[in-house]
Amino acid sequence: MHQWDFASVLDNADVFAVGALGTLRIFAICLVAGLSFGLVVGLGRYSQRRVFYWPATAFVEFFRNTPVLVQIIWFYFALPILMPFSISPLAAASLGISLNSAAFSAEIYRAGIQSIDRGQWDGARALGMSFLQAMRRIILPQALKRMTPALTNRAIEIFKMSTLASAIAYVELLQQAKLIASLNFNPIEAYTAVAVIFFVFLWPMVQLTYVLERRLARDE
Amino acid sequence: MAYQWDFTPVFANSELLAQGLLNTLKVTGASLACGLVLGLGFALMRLSRHRLASWPAGFVIEVFRTTPPLVQLFWFFFALPLIAGIEMTPLLAAIVTFSIQSAAFFAEVFRAGIVSVERGQWDGARAIGMTNGQALRRIVLPQAIKRMIPAFMERAIELMKTTTLVATIAYADLLFAANEIAQKTFRPLETFTVAALIYFVVITAISLLARQLERRLAVSGESTVH
Amino acid sequence: MTILKVSGLIKRFGGNEVIRGIDLDVEKGERIAVLGASGSGKSTLLRCLNFMEMPDAGTITLDGKLVGHREAELTLVRQRIGMVFQQFNLFPHMTALGNVMEGLRTVRRMSKPDAEARAERELARVGLADKAAHYPAHLSGGQKQRVAIARALAMDPELLLFDEPTSALDPELVGEVLGVIRSLAEEGRTMLLVTHELGFAYHVATRVIFLADGTIHEQGTPDEVLKHPRRERTQAFLARHKEFSL
Repeated sequence: MHQWDFASVLDNADVFAVGALGTLRIFAICLVAGLSFGLVVGLGRYSQRRVFYWPATAFVEFFRNTPVLVQIIWFYFALPILMPFSISPLAAASLGISLNSAAFSAEIYRAGIQSIDRGQWDGARALGMSFLQAMRRIILPQALKRMTPALTNRAIEIFKMSTLASAIAYVELLQQAKLIASLNFNPIEAYTAVAVIFFVFLWPMVQLTYVLERRLARDE
Repeated sequence: MAYQWDFTPVFANSELLAQGLLNTLKVTGASLACGLVLGLGFALMRLSRHRLASWPAGFVIEVFRTTPPLVQLFWFFFALPLIAGIEMTPLLAAIVTFSIQSAAFFAEVFRAGIVSVERGQWDGARAIGMTNGQALRRIVLPQAIKRMIPAFMERAIELMKTTTLVATIAYADLLFAANEIAQKTFRPLETFTVAALIYFVVITAISLLARQLERRLAVSGESTVH
Repeated sequence: MTILKVSGLIKRFGGNEVIRGIDLDVEKGERIAVLGASGSGKSTLLRCLNFMEMPDAGTITLDGKLVGHREAELTLVRQRIGMVFQQFNLFPHMTALGNVMEGLRTVRRMSKPDAEARAERELARVGLADKAAHYPAHLSGGQKQRVAIARALAMDPELLLFDEPTSALDPELVGEVLGVIRSLAEEGRTMLLVTHELGFAYHVATRVIFLADGTIHEQGTPDEVLKHPRRERTQAFLARHKEFSL
């Protein structure tokens, strides 16, 4: 029977703290970059102009249909060969996760915008608004409300995906757990601790999506 | 100076890549199959009126949806063997992790599917003397499963992408094979590009197939409930 | 001979008592029409008789034997008491023939050829031999309900429960379903029928029960209850059904 010994983990709390900071940093970068670039791509997918529609569609199809870990590894090991500069683990992982999240969130934005009644466009146009004005003032505010649960889910996925950065040795929670486990020979406690930390971070967010989904279902 | 692309070293190792792809499909298929069975079990437990059944299932589902897959994989590969005193291979750890993880997802799909079948179907089945088990198997599940197929296909695709994580515990899947070749040939750009394209082609093919299947189900009359 | 004996039946939903102490004896060959305003407990009464709803109090005796206390027994009881629903509840993923065969195959474990032959006979009896291969989605409401009747008949029930079998039908489709029920009456089958078709009840039933507030408010022959009701609420109910013509 295994004797659980979390003291060896608690002694290394500062190592985990560094990891948590790394996790939060990459999460913040990918959340902002992924969801905002996703909006641009989503508008391209919504557009009736081929110059916007086709590149956006190709982007979405490619990044949705390849594994994000392959993307990260490609950006880390393959891309530098084409570039005159080296790429840090943070940059490679952020690129992979952000572009992947952009592809997924683009479809959320597109579906959300499409779900708004055509009459809203007509109403905005009748007031003399341009396409962008109507989108910004009338359509997006309504669509965003419907998209909130799906976008929150995306945020949770991004948080979980951040662990993939450990595959290219970016310092985040899982990478630090590996370090602790190898130095203290306590993989059980180290990996259990990192699972618990993620659970504690994410559980409130997951509960929030449930609430948002229920509220949306009720309002519609 | 432009980089000189050269794919010949990659193609010289195409056998390794093919073996890797096969292993990827193996992990995906096994996890999908186990996940389906386990997921149905979880769903029935969650629908149960007994808290002794519904709470543990709910707990497992929440934990697996709320922690990163890679952390789960590391836990099953590095921690579980020490706790349970068992031998763990990368393949087994991957199948266990991805099965439970898929099951957590499928449980919700099954539950929603079963609940979506109207109460009258249970009435009709019980009125001719069926037990609850018979009604579930013969009447409710066949109707529910048809409605669940799009979600299943989507999950199968997600799972195939997630299986790349096994490369981090040295199971020889497609990504791992690509990494080997990249190091051996000093051609990471070509190798990882080819690997990405293989994933893209296989996954796109599966999702096209899924779309075809959905369309077929949508037009067949007996799939719609009146 | 008494097939079914109900005494002191009570059913509550939450705090709401829907059936408030009903006693009822059903003799072999009797055809009982159950009338009452919506919310009077008609459907609940019917659903308690084959334990689709579990009664909160009271006893149900089938052929002299007290039933309904073991879960396993309920499926046996339901095989002996057939039920036809307002919404048909046909299985959409099976053909008409498949629907009728289902109980024979799954519950009775009958061989496929035997079940098929039997199901074909039942479909022919309700006039749908030519629709055997059709899925419910491709049948009219009246045809669906006739398949549902064939499905119940296939189990050889001693008692048939009809829960507003024509209420969900377009008016022009009501006749074909009532025609089938009438032919079953002529065979001497025992049945309980919740209905709003007062004319049909008058001509086909041997006894009429008027339910109000979860109790039997008045009962008697069709002539007594429908033509000469003694109690005020029965009279008011009948007066509201203007289309009623005897």
